Amino acid sequence: MDLLYKIFADPFIQMGHAPDLLLQTLWEGLVGGMLYALIALGFVLIFKASGVFNFAQGIMVVFAALTLVGLHAKGVPAFLALGLTIGVMFVLAVAVERLVLRPLVNQPDIILFMATFGLTYFLIGLGELVFGGDPKVMIASELYLPKGAIDWKVFGGFVSFQKIDIAAAVIASVMVATLAVFFQKTRIGRALRAVADSHKAALSVGISLNQIWVVVWFTAGIVALATGIMWGARSNVSFALEIIALKALPVLILGGFTSIPGAIVGGLIIGIGEKIGEFYWGPLFGSGIESWLAYMIALVFLLFRPQGLFGERIIERI
Amino acid sequence: MFYREAGQYKTTYSADQAVFPILQDRIGIFVILLLAFVVVPMTVSGFVLSSVLIPIMVFALAAIGLNLLTGYTGLLSLGTGGFMGVGAYACYKLTTFFPDVNIIVLILASGLFSAAIGALFGLPSLRIKGFYLAVATLAAQFFLSWCFVRVPWLYNYNVSSAIEVPTRTAFGVHVTGPNATPVTRYLVVLSIVVLLTWIASNLVRGRIGRMWMAVRDMDIAAELIGIKLYQTKLIAFAISSYFCGVAGAMMIFLWFGSAEADSFSITQSFLVLFMVIIGGLGSLLGSFFGAIFILGLPIMLRTLPELFGLTIRAATVEHLQFMITGALIIVFLVIEPHGLARLWQIGKQKLRVWPFPY
Repeated sequence: MDLLYKIFADPFIQMGHAPDLLLQTLWEGLVGGMLYALIALGFVLIFKASGVFNFAQGIMVVFAALTLVGLHAKGVPAFLALGLTIGVMFVLAVAVERLVLRPLVNQPDIILFMATFGLTYFLIGLGELVFGGDPKVMIASELYLPKGAIDWKVFGGFVSFQKIDIAAAVIASVMVATLAVFFQKTRIGRALRAVADSHKAALSVGISLNQIWVVVWFTAGIVALATGIMWGARSNVSFALEIIALKALPVLILGGFTSIPGAIVGGLIIGIGEKIGEFYWGPLFGSGIESWLAYMIALVFLLFRPQGLFGERIIERI
Repeated sequence: MFYREAGQYKTTYSADQAVFPILQDRIGIFVILLLAFVVVPMTVSGFVLSSVLIPIMVFALAAIGLNLLTGYTGLLSLGTGGFMGVGAYACYKLTTFFPDVNIIVLILASGLFSAAIGALFGLPSLRIKGFYLAVATLAAQFFLSWCFVRVPWLYNYNVSSAIEVPTRTAFGVHVTGPNATPVTRYLVVLSIVVLLTWIASNLVRGRIGRMWMAVRDMDIAAELIGIKLYQTKLIAFAISSYFCGVAGAMMIFLWFGSAEADSFSITQSFLVLFMVIIGGLGSLLGSFFGAIFILGLPIMLRTLPELFGLTIRAATVEHLQFMITGALIIVFLVIEPHGLARLWQIGKQKLRVWPFPY
């Protein structure tokens, strides 16, 4: 009875007593969720267009951020370094298409999944070899990202918003909007959607798959760079960021592998659920439940909707 | 010329259905077992035994476990590390409760707990499949690793929150703990692995194995010919976890000597998955090849520069090792997506028709 009370009543009473704390937790969750959503977005882009479950997306985030910071540390001005990093991501996209995707075309999914593992290891090694493995500070002020916090007085307490988080929210929204326009209105975007629908049909109307793959991996690379900058500005740039890639996986299954809105909504649900769960229910289980709560939330969702919230309905034929 | 089954007539069904129907294979496996059981313990140093051969055996067993699930039943799992951990912690608790029982029995029994947990986390597998299932099994991995840290009962309320392997004997010989010689530990590991591999090879040839493969190839069709999907998948999860659990128990009791929750992190899951895919999906022999390849690669990369008289800083070597491992995985998949087991098959076929090309 006592336990039931602690699970089902106590946390809500706490929420009622300190609404400002609840708001603060919600906001933290929202920001965390947004970053998960961005990583998931990279996954979805690649999965839709090439059917590859890109495990390396998380490492691409770290690699992009590391390249940016590393170049700056070698004396390149901040914005030039940003440009160069985008260039590096383009080279990476071309290299992946040439050396990994093209030779492995038409292989089973699991083989391609495995190949992205190889890519993960390669990028970890390369990044550490060139820029060193020690944690680095993101060049936030050089890129004119705002610092400090805004306090909002509410419910007799206050909620503090980090300016960098607000900036992150704005940048993420702009990026998602741009991607949406890119997908809906441009020629390449239409080609991308065609490829996502059916590889063979797209090929037969003259769309170059190879070109599309480069575009998609490059786009995912840019999304990775943006994610890396924002995540790096909140903590440090190091390979510990790798772990957030694993956090993006439940977001994916929650939203569905093929849905961009799903990635975003899923990211927000996981981010908020995780923070609220950790804050209000965590002490009950001896804390640290953040590490698996997201997966459990996703698992429960999966039992009801096996293709995720927004995923395409899986139709099976014999 | 030497490897040819021409002229070997089978006169009984049991001869036809033997694990190794070809005489040369029987001789080959006999020689390998003789080498492994007699020659290796007498010639190889204790250091090599405990740092190369025991790990290969332990991981080969875990890879066989995952292969039964992923290679034979087509269910992708990333929870191997967690299931191995369940085996290890179960074995630790069993040695606490039954200090006088033969440790080999306990190691084999600890797999049962792992099997139960595995079947529990296999429950979502009827509804979801493919990569969705892989992510769902990650839930098992993270939840179990969390349990290994947060449930003090599992490590007997140790202050260090690690498990220390107690000294236990089997047939009057020290098998675990600091007094056990590498040779004893090696022989125990080898015996268990050979026994379980033999069981696995018979499982996959039998009714259960055929049910698994039918489900892997097309689950709806399998259901239509009367295979109970749920049952088949859960059996696959349970048996696979049993193998992983025994491997985990052996890893701690016969190799590491002590363990923390970190010993069963997600890294282990990925490592075993590498072995299965590099070795060859749906091949027991491939699991051994994969374990040898993945564990041997770092050793080779470490010794290779020294052979050429190069001296590279340790950190650089580590980074290069990551890069080379990654690149090799990709190169390997491009050359032979079906794994080392396929290369072995091709080699055998070539040997069969030698000296003719086909």
